Amino acid sequence: MYPKDLKYDREHEWVRLDGDIATIGISDFAQDQLGEVVYVDLPSVGDIVIVGESFGEVESVKSVSELFAPVGGEVVEVNNELDDTPEAVNDDSYGDGWMVKVKVDDVSDVDALMDSVDYEAFLAEEA
Amino acid sequence: MGEEGRRTPLYDEHLALGARMVDFAGWQMPVQYAGIIEEHTAVRTAAGIFDVSHMGEFRIFGPEAKAALQHVFTNDLDRIDELGSALYTVMCDEDGGIIDDLIVYHTGDIEYLIVANASNRETDWAWITSHISESVEAVDESDRTALIAVQGPEALRIVGELAGGSWVPPVRFAIGEATLDAIPVLVGRTGYTGEDGVEVFCHVSQAAAVWRMLLSFPEIAPCGLGARDTLRLEMGYPLYGSDMDRDTDPMTAGLGWVVPKAKADFIGAEVIAAVRKAGPSRKLIGMTVAEGVPRHGYPVLHGGVEVGKVASGTFSPTLGHGIATAYVPVELAAAETRLEIGIRRKVVPAVVVKPPFVKTTSLSAQKS
Repeated sequence: MYPKDLKYDREHEWVRLDGDIATIGISDFAQDQLGEVVYVDLPSVGDIVIVGESFGEVESVKSVSELFAPVGGEVVEVNNELDDTPEAVNDDSYGDGWMVKVKVDDVSDVDALMDSVDYEAFLAEEA
Repeated sequence: MGEEGRRTPLYDEHLALGARMVDFAGWQMPVQYAGIIEEHTAVRTAAGIFDVSHMGEFRIFGPEAKAALQHVFTNDLDRIDELGSALYTVMCDEDGGIIDDLIVYHTGDIEYLIVANASNRETDWAWITSHISESVEAVDESDRTALIAVQGPEALRIVGELAGGSWVPPVRFAIGEATLDAIPVLVGRTGYTGEDGVEVFCHVSQAAAVWRMLLSFPEIAPCGLGARDTLRLEMGYPLYGSDMDRDTDPMTAGLGWVVPKAKADFIGAEVIAAVRKAGPSRKLIGMTVAEGVPRHGYPVLHGGVEVGKVASGTFSPTLGHGIATAYVPVELAAAETRLEIGIRRKVVPAVVVKPPFVKTTSLSAQKS
């Protein structure tokens, strides 16, 4: 449920770093808590996201959650497919449910994030 | 009542089914099992069951029962003189403020069964018993009564199979008896989903057996309060506490149809008649939005100026977009009026529509 090649933050986003490009989505825990996702509100290509600040929203029938940037940088790609298939966030949160790709300003941001073992321990603590 | 909240007789069933539990009016209730949209769709296309045992059931009887209730309720009990028939009504205070909305079933010659909202159980009981004479018997049966709603186009067929070949289901908005695998139950042909279906009353000790019997049909989905809310709002059915409260009179709430013009002698009659005569200044409307999900309390705007707040709002699984109700000035209440809703950082366009939002269901098919 928590792939080992990803990093996670305390707001339940995941990051996959490839060079200086970070792909960002929400974890299996987050999608399960939200329930069936009906809208995803994302920034535009060229927008700047700041570590720890909101960069969008994900909304289910019952609730809405802000998305917090686990890394800072410029948005280089947005998963616009989610406009038509928001359910991908539930069905494939680490694959088709990805949200944005960010050109990371400082790759060391990622070092501050949790690996899958730490993230699972964090979830166990939260529960 | 413990800190963890009250539990219905089906609490353990919900946990066993993996329900997500939430607090609702002091009760631990399932909000969802498989998912709100999945459960919603099951009710619109096949059948779903809901534990609504948290609701209140009062039995009122005696030769004076009808006259006593006529004084307390706005609707006219003459409409349910036929034994077994049922009536939707509100109950108001002297200022015309709505105390609760209720269903009244005529269950015996001189006997009525009243179903009240869970959040108003204690208030309703105190109000009713203090406004009926001592010669009328009133029994609060809530703690020994379980209530399971079976809703959807397949609901009647399934209950019919359990009740046996000779069983004749009650007609719409009526109540009758049935025996489900040797368990005696009352079956009301009522509901809160817009689909055909029933609400099954049984003793709390037999609730789990009835629940499991229903779930043995693979086409039935257990449904939580989440789907109950999306289903009722698609039909424009009001929810006490969101769409009406003690500060709202029935005329303003669009419930003039449960206050017959000819009826005069009931609590709140003068104030309600005055509002009817003058016309309410605000009105409960329906709205649709193309993007985002309107939720309770969000501002409703007209030309950028706030004119009201969202009363009920959700994402309509059937329509695939947001729907809402709100109180707005009557001059903005006409269908097709362009309004806006403030959905957090955005202001999105909204259009006034006349509920129901979803026009075609197994119930509407039956009526036509």
